[in-house]
Amino acid sequence: MSDNAESPTEPQKEDSSTQNQQNVAADSGDTAKTEEKKKIDVLLKAVGDTPIMKTKKWAVERGRTIQSLSQFISRFLKLEPNEQLFIYVNQSFAPSPDQDVGVLFECFGSDGKLVLHYCKSQAWG
Amino acid sequence: MADDKDVLRDVWFGRIPACFMLYPDEVTEREAEPFYLLLPRISYLTLVTDKVKKHFLKVLKAEDVEEMWFEYEGTPLKWHYPIGVLFDLHASNTALPWSITVHFKHFPDRDLLRCSSSVVIEAHFMSTVKEADAFKHKSQVINDMQKKDHKQLWMGLQNDKFDQFWAINRKLMEYPTEEGGFRYIPFRIYQTLSDRPFIQKPFRPVSSEGHAHTLGDLLKEMCPAAVCQDDDPKKYQVVIHGIEPLFETPIQWLSEHLSYPDNFLHICIIPAPND
Repeated sequence: MSDNAESPTEPQKEDSSTQNQQNVAADSGDTAKTEEKKKIDVLLKAVGDTPIMKTKKWAVERGRTIQSLSQFISRFLKLEPNEQLFIYVNQSFAPSPDQDVGVLFECFGSDGKLVLHYCKSQAWG
Repeated sequence: MADDKDVLRDVWFGRIPACFMLYPDEVTEREAEPFYLLLPRISYLTLVTDKVKKHFLKVLKAEDVEEMWFEYEGTPLKWHYPIGVLFDLHASNTALPWSITVHFKHFPDRDLLRCSSSVVIEAHFMSTVKEADAFKHKSQVINDMQKKDHKQLWMGLQNDKFDQFWAINRKLMEYPTEEGGFRYIPFRIYQTLSDRPFIQKPFRPVSSEGHAHTLGDLLKEMCPAAVCQDDDPKKYQVVIHGIEPLFETPIQWLSEHLSYPDNFLHICIIPAPND
């Protein structure tokens, strides 16, 4: 599962997590249990011919930016450096790269998770 | 009494006099004169500074020119925030013209997004409008528009055409009368002393008891320190488009009249001047 990931730190499995859920580890590398509350569930869905990720549900720190999440997905999918990745909320708008995932979760999350679609080409204007 | 529609014009035509100066460490072939410009508050720095770039390119060697970026007193200026927000947040209560330092080297990738062309600004602007409509109408209004309507919003902003922009934007400002406002108010609260970029949460224009929420209600919930009545003298100023609206102002009215073209109400909370 996690062996495809070229994350700066290997995604870790949470002790009490559901089977398909993995951690997108912090850039600082340290994901202590006290940090758990700072994390939210993000569901990543591919659009069009963009490769899917076997693991769809990830625990992500609230303070992580869209840019950093996008870099993680690009590495995970082993995209070429010149390949772009677009991320969409609500299948409608592309959040600004410096936007926090936590803010988007509070505004547009539902059922305790934030659904983000990712795509190699512009999907929704 | 002036029509509320006049407020839309006043907001649209708000200008900030600015003086652009080349960063002293840039290597020039001859001395670079400062460049003066009236900046539209509602626009974006990289959208209105082609002339600034041309001006300084005349004295720079081509090999010394990388992507242009701006800084004010050590703070890199984010082009993807509206100009009025940058000024209110970083330069309120300072002498005019606003003196902005221009750089052509050492782009601070940690602080700023790259902006290779106006296509990037257009994409950012339209995305923000769509995000705002996700709050206001669950994206229904923006999704029901045609591509040419989206283009008209952008062209209106880019070419500073008030009527062209508002012919479309008024649709984004509609709501069912019986609901008394949008589903949620799209707002962002910026603070100079915060490490987070801004506060943004769902906030309804009308309380569950049916009262119109005010600016004060919003601040009480999102940033209580800003509305503390006991502070004497007051510690903070709450600024939108360079003015301090009364806390009693209904938030729905502010959203309809003082939002930027991206349909967000951008609110700056800054330390009050000491004197």
